[in-house]
Amino acid sequence: MKIGTRHRRQERIDRGIKVRTDGLYALMSWRELSYLVAPRLLLIGGLLLLPLVVPGMYWQRVISIVCIYALLALSFDFLAHYVGLVSLGGAFFVGVGGYLTALLNTELGASPLVAIPTAAILGGVISTILLLPCLPLRGVYFAIVTLMYPLFLARVIEALNILGGTDGIMGIDSFPYVWLEQYGIIIMLLLILFGLRRLVNTDLGLVMRAVKDNDQAVKASGMNITHYKALAVFIASSVGCLAGAYLVHTYMWAGISIFALDFSILPIAATVIGGGGTLVGPVLGCLILVPISELLRDFGTLRIVFYSLILLGFIVFRSEGLMIYGQRKYHQFERWTDI
Amino acid sequence: MTDTPILQVNGVTKTFGGIIALNNVSFEVNEGEILGIIGPNGSGKTTVVNCITGFVKASAGKVRFRGKDITTMPPHKIADMGVLRTFQIMRPYFSLPAYKNLVIPLCSPRARRTGGWRGGGKLGDRNTVSIDILEEIGFERDSYVPYKTTSSLPTGYLKRLELARCLALKPDLILCDEVFSGLSMSEIASMVPLIERLQMDGITLIMIEHRLRELFQVANRVMVLNFGEKLVEGSAEKVMADARVREAYFGSEVAEEVMNHA
Repeated sequence: MKIGTRHRRQERIDRGIKVRTDGLYALMSWRELSYLVAPRLLLIGGLLLLPLVVPGMYWQRVISIVCIYALLALSFDFLAHYVGLVSLGGAFFVGVGGYLTALLNTELGASPLVAIPTAAILGGVISTILLLPCLPLRGVYFAIVTLMYPLFLARVIEALNILGGTDGIMGIDSFPYVWLEQYGIIIMLLLILFGLRRLVNTDLGLVMRAVKDNDQAVKASGMNITHYKALAVFIASSVGCLAGAYLVHTYMWAGISIFALDFSILPIAATVIGGGGTLVGPVLGCLILVPISELLRDFGTLRIVFYSLILLGFIVFRSEGLMIYGQRKYHQFERWTDI
Repeated sequence: MTDTPILQVNGVTKTFGGIIALNNVSFEVNEGEILGIIGPNGSGKTTVVNCITGFVKASAGKVRFRGKDITTMPPHKIADMGVLRTFQIMRPYFSLPAYKNLVIPLCSPRARRTGGWRGGGKLGDRNTVSIDILEEIGFERDSYVPYKTTSSLPTGYLKRLELARCLALKPDLILCDEVFSGLSMSEIASMVPLIERLQMDGITLIMIEHRLRELFQVANRVMVLNFGEKLVEGSAEKVMADARVREAYFGSEVAEEVMNHA
C-alpha cells in the first residue's frame, strides 16, 4: 500500500507473551499463566454464571436452548472442519435422539438421567448405521443424505401414524431438579467442547484431519478411511442425539417438529459467525444467534428479515468468523513497516 | 530369498471406457531387486502402479503378492500387506507440520503390528518415531524443517515425505511413481544413495522414472511400456539397444536415423 511517497505494508507478528507461553515456561509467571487461562476461564465462568444473571425463567430456558444448539454446532464443526464431512443432519440427530429418549422414558420408564445418555449412545449407533452407505463416497452425498433423513423420517411417522403420529409422544418426564436441568446441559456442553478440542489433537484426531486433507494418502497408508469416518460420525451424531434428547425432556414432548430444518441450518449459521474449525467459535455463534432470534420475536414476521440482515452483516464484514478474528487480535499485533 | 517372485503380474488389462490403458501386461519382480518401468507419456506406467496397489481395479488379469491374489483387494488392505506406493503428484497432509504427516501412517494397523516403531502407547511416542524416520530419509533432525508446515516445504522434501510415509509402514515392496521428477540435479544425486540403501535393507522396489541415467544406476532390470503394452524387459543395455524402444521414445523416423548413425 502506498501512503504519501513511502511504500508501506502491514505486518502481523506474534506477541512475545504468545511465543513464551507456547512452551512449558508458561508456569513461570502469573501473567503468562493468566494469558493462557483467562480466555478459557472467561468462557467457563461466563457460561456457569449466565443462568444466575439473566432475568427470569424465560431467559434461563433460552440459555438451555443456546446450549442445545451449541452442541449441534459443535457436531457440525467437528465433522465439517476436522473430518471433511459436511453434515446437514442436525435435525436428523435431534429427531433420532429425541424420539429414542421419549420411547425409553414413556415405554420403559427410564428416568431422564438414564434415558438421555442411553439415547445419545444408541442414537449415535443408529445414525451411524443409517449413514454408513454414503461414507465411502467423497463429495456432496453425505450432505444430501443427512438432509434427506429427517424429511423422510418425519413423513414416515406421519403416514404410518407410529410413535404418536402427528400428535407426538406426550407425558415425558421432566428433570427431577430445576438446577439440574439448567446446569446439566451447560456442563455437558463444556465437557464436550473441551473433549473434542482434545480429541482433534490426539493421534486419532490427526488421522481424522488427514482423511479430510487427503483421503488417498490415508488409504495408501493401509488405513480404512470408512472406519475412521464412521467413528467420527458416531461421535458427532452422539453429540447431536444428546442435544435432541435434552430438548425433548426440556419440552416434555417429542413430535415430528423436532425434525425441523432449523436444527440443521442454525448451527451452520452459528459456525459461520463464530469461525469454523475453532470449535469454540460455533458455541460463541449460538450464544449470539439464539438470543437475537428470541429478541426479534417482537417484530413478528419481520423477524426473519432482521435475522437475515444480521447474518449478512457478519458474512460481509467478518467472514472469517469472530473467534478466528479474536484469536488473531489476542495472539498477534499488527504494525506498518516501510518496504 | 525364496524362489517365488514377490510380485507376479499376469496379463493385466485395464480399459477406461474405450481407451485401453494397459493391454495384457505381465511381469514378475523378485525379492530384493529394483525393477525400473519406463515408457513415454501416457504409456500406462502409473496405471500399472494403480492396478497393483488397488487404486484402480484391473479389467482382466491377476496380480499376486507372495503368491496371494490381491487383484480385487481394496487399497488399504494391499498397503496393509506391505505393498506401499508413492504418488507422482505428492499427496502430503498440507495443513500439518511435516513430522505429523508420519504420525498418521504410524497409526495404521500394519505399523502397530510390525511394532518395531513402537506405534502405540503414550502420546508423543509417534512424534519421536516420525522424527527418526524423517532423519533417515534426509530431514535434518535439529533443523526447523521437520517442524514446518508441510505446505511451505519445497518439492524435494515432499518427495522424501512420500517415501517416508511408505517407510513408516515397514514395507516389503515400494512402488515409486517418479520420485526423481521435478527435482534438481543435486537433489536427485542425494536421492540415489537413499534408494540404494532401501534395497540393502531388503526392500523390493518398482520405480517408474523418466530420469533414465539415475534409474539405470540403481535398477537391476528395466521394463518398457508403450501404449499400454509391454515392449521389452531386461538389463538397461539390452533395453536401450532395442529398436522398438528407440522408436517409442524418439518416433520412428528419428529412430531410424539414430540407428543408421550408430
